[in-house]
Amino acid sequence: MADRMIAPDTPELRARWSSFAWAEENAAKAKEIIARYPEGRQRSAVMPLLDLAQRQVGAETGTQGWLPLPVMEFIARELDMPILRVVEVATFYTMYNLVPVGRFHVQVCGTTPCMLRGSDDIMAACKARGMAKGHTTPDGLWTLTEVECMGNCASAPMVQINDANYEDLTAERLDAVLDALAAGEQPKEGTQEPGRHTVEPVGGPTTLREMVDANHDYRGEW
Amino acid sequence: MLADKDRIFTNLYGYQDWRLPAAQARGDWDDTKALMARGQDAIIEEIKASGLRGRGGAGFPTGMKWSFMPKESKDGRPSFLVINGDESEPGSCKDREIIRHDPHKLIEGALIAGYAMRARAAYIYVRGEFIREAETLFAAVQEAYDAGLIGKNASGSGYDFDVFVHRGAGAYICGEETAMLESLEGKKGQPRLKPPFPAGAGLYGCPTTVNNVESIAVAPTILRRGAAWFSSFGRENNKGTKLFQISGHVNRPCVVEESMSIPFGELIETHCGGIRGGRENLLAVIPGGSSVPLVPAEQIWDAPMDFDGLKALGSGLGTAGVIVMDKSTDIVRAISRLSYFYKHESCGQCTPCREGTGWMWRMMERLRVGDAELHEIDMLQQVTKQVEGHTICALGDAAAWPIQGLIKHFRPELERRIAERGASFAEAAE
Repeated sequence: MADRMIAPDTPELRARWSSFAWAEENAAKAKEIIARYPEGRQRSAVMPLLDLAQRQVGAETGTQGWLPLPVMEFIARELDMPILRVVEVATFYTMYNLVPVGRFHVQVCGTTPCMLRGSDDIMAACKARGMAKGHTTPDGLWTLTEVECMGNCASAPMVQINDANYEDLTAERLDAVLDALAAGEQPKEGTQEPGRHTVEPVGGPTTLREMVDANHDYRGEW
Repeated sequence: MLADKDRIFTNLYGYQDWRLPAAQARGDWDDTKALMARGQDAIIEEIKASGLRGRGGAGFPTGMKWSFMPKESKDGRPSFLVINGDESEPGSCKDREIIRHDPHKLIEGALIAGYAMRARAAYIYVRGEFIREAETLFAAVQEAYDAGLIGKNASGSGYDFDVFVHRGAGAYICGEETAMLESLEGKKGQPRLKPPFPAGAGLYGCPTTVNNVESIAVAPTILRRGAAWFSSFGRENNKGTKLFQISGHVNRPCVVEESMSIPFGELIETHCGGIRGGRENLLAVIPGGSSVPLVPAEQIWDAPMDFDGLKALGSGLGTAGVIVMDKSTDIVRAISRLSYFYKHESCGQCTPCREGTGWMWRMMERLRVGDAELHEIDMLQQVTKQVEGHTICALGDAAAWPIQGLIKHFRPELERRIAERGASFAEAAE
């Protein structure tokens, strides 16, 4: 995590972001978030508020969003905490983007369970479309990152693109997903294996077959 | 094979709706008030008697953990329950299924566990990358509030109990219980020194218990069916049912609930369609998530999948995230990739881990291509021993163990690569 640096504090950055404030619906949301934590412990809300701010920046820029320093300063004021504490949190957790990203943030899981199921091919398929790790394509559409285990190991390999997971990928299936996203469509989330529902064995579950078609109550058999 | 009627997570695959009415039709929130009316001590005793051990990896007896919480607050500090849903261990993907397909089992468990340990509220910490899963959980918690199941006079019990969801933002280390508390307080997730233990001074300095999602979600069913039912599965000291997550080189990877102590071979043949290319093609298995040492094929097949059975093989059950590797695997690369993971996830607080994980990964990358001297294998082994046990939390240990397992079982492979590269250079020089 040591290589995570915030974007330089330039006059242009200040000019663009110094007036950042919550959009109306986010102001209500921020209030609700802060109320989840005890009186006087509002700093606990720094993580969800950074996430909310990143999403608002994303909405304003047509990307996944990121955290310019003036936005972090806004959060610091909201929570009455030193700016350094906010920067510490933003640089520690990898889901906060510290520099601008593209419309779609393609996060390829490369950890061993995905590697065993072919994540090299997935990464290669991304690169074949002109993406490069840690960079955004010139058209602003794709940012490519290799991420650590995303907890989808039984439906590996997978990528997470903005808020959605695409699992059981092959290079061809990934291409289909990326083509759909580029065309402004919303591809099916989750497993891309035909006939698979979630994480049951491919070909159908070996257990709990009654549950496939009906909300079976097993209590009668206890 | 475990009978379907004895499975706790009946909506594991999400074929049916996760929402409250469907969950209630499956038996969740069925007269929770009566379960609570048994009394706090009786609930803890029942969980103790069931033999439930923590499902997050360490396997600490859950009932005993609950009993460490203060029975009354002498200084006015409230108690908290923190539920660990920061599932990030490579190979582990079970809490995700509970959160997105059976969230009401988790919320009901939070109420019952929180009540038993006399907590004021529960915080469910969900890893940041589980975005859709967290959306489901937020909605399920709201349903439970709207139905009066949690909140003031929760489930009509007379007990006030709140449940909050807190999303992480991408840091494996926050799965460590004290790092999770730091993160919940709005700080970097760097583990705390113990003591003080969380049961004395945890979240906001108040008594806190941290439990895994699965440990909490099974509690209501254990109370309904009784400790004797739960402890009828598995070997002595390894009781109950368990979510196994099988990934890697099996024909059909899956998540499945099975009896503890099921032999590895039976688990794979029954639910996963066997090893890719047949049993003879099995090379090695990491049986409990990336942090436990690998077990070679010849030792794992008949081994009982439980805490003690895998400990006897020099490994562990961990989270029961079973990573299967067949003979096509570059085993050195597979372990080196885990070394990279730990380097990436080290919080940087303790020097042996911060410096050691990077050093070990670079050494592993050299061994991967044979670019090393023979004596460096022993040097690497020694360095893993200098990291292990010399850090505040167990991440240092977790980084050391996979490498130790590799050296123990695949030393000839490491030596072969070194010799091969040496020979190719000698040839080029001639």
